Amino acid sequence: MTAESTTSAATAETIRHELLGFLAERIKTTVEPEQDLFSSGLVSSMFAMQLVVHLEEAYDIAIVGPDLKLDSFRTVESMTALVLRLKDADDPAGDA
Amino acid sequence: MADKPTIVKCLVWDLDNTVWNGTLSEDPSVELLPGIREAVIELDARGVLQSVASKNDFDLAWGHLEKLGLAEYFVHPQISWGPKSDAVTTIAERLNFALSTIAFIDDLPTERAEVNYHLPEVRCYAFDQATSLTGLPEFSPEVVTVDARRRREMYQAGFRRDAEKDNFKGADEDFLRSLDLVMAIKRADEDDLSRVEELTLRTSQMNATGVHYSDATLRELLADPGHEVLTVTLTDKFGPHGAVGVLLLGCHRDVWNLKLLATSCRVVTFGAGSVLLNWLIDQAAQAGAHLVADFKPTDRNRMMDIAYRFAGFTGDPCDCVGGLDPLADDRVQRLHLVPERRDGATTMQVSSPELAADLALRVNGVA
Ligand SMILES: [Zn+2]
Repeated sequence: MTAESTTSAATAETIRHELLGFLAERIKTTVEPEQDLFSSGLVSSMFAMQLVVHLEEAYDIAIVGPDLKLDSFRTVESMTALVLRLKDADDPAGDA
Repeated sequence: MADKPTIVKCLVWDLDNTVWNGTLSEDPSVELLPGIREAVIELDARGVLQSVASKNDFDLAWGHLEKLGLAEYFVHPQISWGPKSDAVTTIAERLNFALSTIAFIDDLPTERAEVNYHLPEVRCYAFDQATSLTGLPEFSPEVVTVDARRRREMYQAGFRRDAEKDNFKGADEDFLRSLDLVMAIKRADEDDLSRVEELTLRTSQMNATGVHYSDATLRELLADPGHEVLTVTLTDKFGPHGAVGVLLLGCHRDVWNLKLLATSCRVVTFGAGSVLLNWLIDQAAQAGAHLVADFKPTDRNRMMDIAYRFAGFTGDPCDCVGGLDPLADDRVQRLHLVPERRDGATTMQVSSPELAADLALRVNGVA
């Protein structure tokens, strides 16, 4: 499907870019990729839940069980790494 | 025993020839049909929210409702020329209600058929049923609490909060702090339990366990030294939210079992569930007890799953689980946490009993 080929083309760069844009729009503040979103009070635990749902919908992944840790959502970098790892697991090598 | 029908949480009214005696655009002096005012007021008193889906000019129809003294009873009115199924969908979304809790009343069979075709879960009624709705079981909550009678006012305060949030330019937590939220956690008494019953019936979305505890069961547990039944109320600068949460805790010396945690969807956006969990974890840490939360995943309680995980609960095994009451349902998971002391909430004031200290006294006996 077209949507799948679009999302599987996601790289660290595109995910980071998209997330920074999403955060800028939703919390009306520009953040740095390494910035701790929780300790700076920029996002509440409620917004962190919305981030889970956003990542799942935007990248067609399921974030469940041990992956659902607050630390995975602490920075744009950690969320990017999580998305890449789950997309890899979801998309075994050789699957064209 | 026959299943009780799902209580209607919001009734959506057509206006022309349902609420008033004619077509407003043809006759600007239409008057309320007999018994309508009484029905609207009675449903409001029972805590059934009411809205409007009417094909009319908004200003004209809303102005007429104001003139008739009924406008204040309706939330999220949808007055436009669009399909009524769209209007009903919008109302359900704005209220965050399941379609199965919405009812629609209209004099035109075609309009009822249109809503029924697109939204089969919505219950439709003909206009000649308007004055007898209050006699139907689905419009008759078993208990009508203080909160139920004030529900519409609480929702209307909620809309003002939302409007303020839309206009708020700043960090998420700063907005929450600007609301002056105060959460009060208290041991339930007999009066509180009627509110709790209503909450667990109404807020399946945030009933984390997915297990229903009846009023009778909870009443029995009130007197049980091995259990704590706690209710949660929330207030902010716009007014009270009323009873918004309930916890049922089975307390053993080394492990606390969170058997029920329900929070109203009205307060989800304030992070009330996370604040509650944070408080509970801190209490358990003081008591030196592990925490085990019963959780049955449904398609409506994902947020609670995330709240547990973000609070640090995991599916890892622990010996403490072996000593707990067996689960009635094998779909219920047991999430585990070894608690450590937590800082208090940064977004709201919390008042609460000292569970850990009280429990120590109870277990070790009074000196
Ligand atoms: Zn344990």
